Amino acid sequence: MKSLHAQHHALADSSYQLTVLSEAEAAGARLPAFAHKLRESGLLPLRPTELAVMQVNVGKMCNQTCRHCHVDAGPDRTEIMTRATMQLCLDALAQTTIPVVDLTGGAPEMNPDFRWFVEQISALGRQIIVRCNLTIIVANPKYYNLPEFFARHGVRVVSSLPHFSAGRTDAQRGEGVFARSIRALRMLNAVGYGVEGSGLLLDLVFNPAGAFLPGSQAGLEREFKQRLLREHEVVFNNLLAITNLPISRFMEYLLESGNYESYMQKLVAAYNPVAAANVMCRSTLSIGWDGQLYDCDFNQQLDLNVAQNAPQHIRSFDAAALQERAIVINQHCYGCTAGAGSSCGGATA
Amino acid sequence: MEKSTYYNPADLAKFGNVADWQPEMGRKFFDYYGEVFKEGALSEREKALIALAVAHAVQCPYCIDAYTSDSLQKGADEAQMMEAVHVAVAIKGGAALVHSVQMMNKAKELSM
Repeated sequence: MKSLHAQHHALADSSYQLTVLSEAEAAGARLPAFAHKLRESGLLPLRPTELAVMQVNVGKMCNQTCRHCHVDAGPDRTEIMTRATMQLCLDALAQTTIPVVDLTGGAPEMNPDFRWFVEQISALGRQIIVRCNLTIIVANPKYYNLPEFFARHGVRVVSSLPHFSAGRTDAQRGEGVFARSIRALRMLNAVGYGVEGSGLLLDLVFNPAGAFLPGSQAGLEREFKQRLLREHEVVFNNLLAITNLPISRFMEYLLESGNYESYMQKLVAAYNPVAAANVMCRSTLSIGWDGQLYDCDFNQQLDLNVAQNAPQHIRSFDAAALQERAIVINQHCYGCTAGAGSSCGGATA
Repeated sequence: MEKSTYYNPADLAKFGNVADWQPEMGRKFFDYYGEVFKEGALSEREKALIALAVAHAVQCPYCIDAYTSDSLQKGADEAQMMEAVHVAVAIKGGAALVHSVQMMNKAKELSM
């Protein structure tokens, strides 16, 4: 499957996605503006809390082309962060006490400077999260020792596994992905990841494979743990339930399947002010492959940079100035505030 | 818009309105309903699958829509959902078939 970008699809254009989102808003009072909901909750303008996570998207290159991918990542994407931009991130990090650096992509491991970057962050003594798609570990012999590399730097591995059955996983992530993911999980378990007492954290991410919201994170975690242990002898620490946001390839799926409007209605109906108060953008700074600054990875993919009065690029990083900004919001933000809430760390309410 | 059937999928979202004309009874029903579907001795996923099977047995289109969605949300996959429906089918079919004992008894009673 090609990315929307390679297909020259209309939805590859972020401004067209924003038009679709705003048209749904205009379609009727059933889909009120997200800003109105935030105002009702006393949260407008949305302001940052203490900066706890620097999330760095090191590129759109990926070995998979998942049907729900909000990055529109894939093997045909070539945009990746250079070592010079990584150095700017390290310089910014060194000025702060931000405790966590969250590396995402694409498949972040495919960036040729990925391991160097991890080593440098590790030397600064910060906790590192790698959003690993699992199959990259078994994609090529040069990646086979990633589990040992991760363990050496105490990396917290966060991996998508949409379901404990092959059918539902492969439908979202591609034919054969489930079997390869299980192989990779066993390799991670073999070096201690997910094993009690090892201190090596392996968390799985549940994304619904379709036009519905995730159920209870705790209930899903129990099901996943039982099934993966019983059927595949795989263990892990936590399951993070994440709602699919209606942008990019998931938006394409929603529109093509005729589910777009009902999905948006579901998100709006499930708006939860407690989840809204805890959205991850309040404590995260998101950095794009080219060093541009965003409030979250979703805004990044929609080219919605941080507010104009804040620094726009990591080279002009200024923690105090960023703290003064209002977070940029749009209709897709309903995805993070529905039900139990959704963030890169799972449910928020 | 005029519907060609008695059932309108949009009516599912109005389920709560059934309390309008009898708020106290409605509240008691929905409190009970909410309590039933909470995680207990059975997991939420198991309860969603039971509800899906019962929805087929009582042939409630609203319930089929609601509990297909709920089963997926609770992490069930297609195989589990279809197995749940077959449990309902087996019981409904069995319930009809077991009455054939009465038919057999009666036939024997009436026959030479």
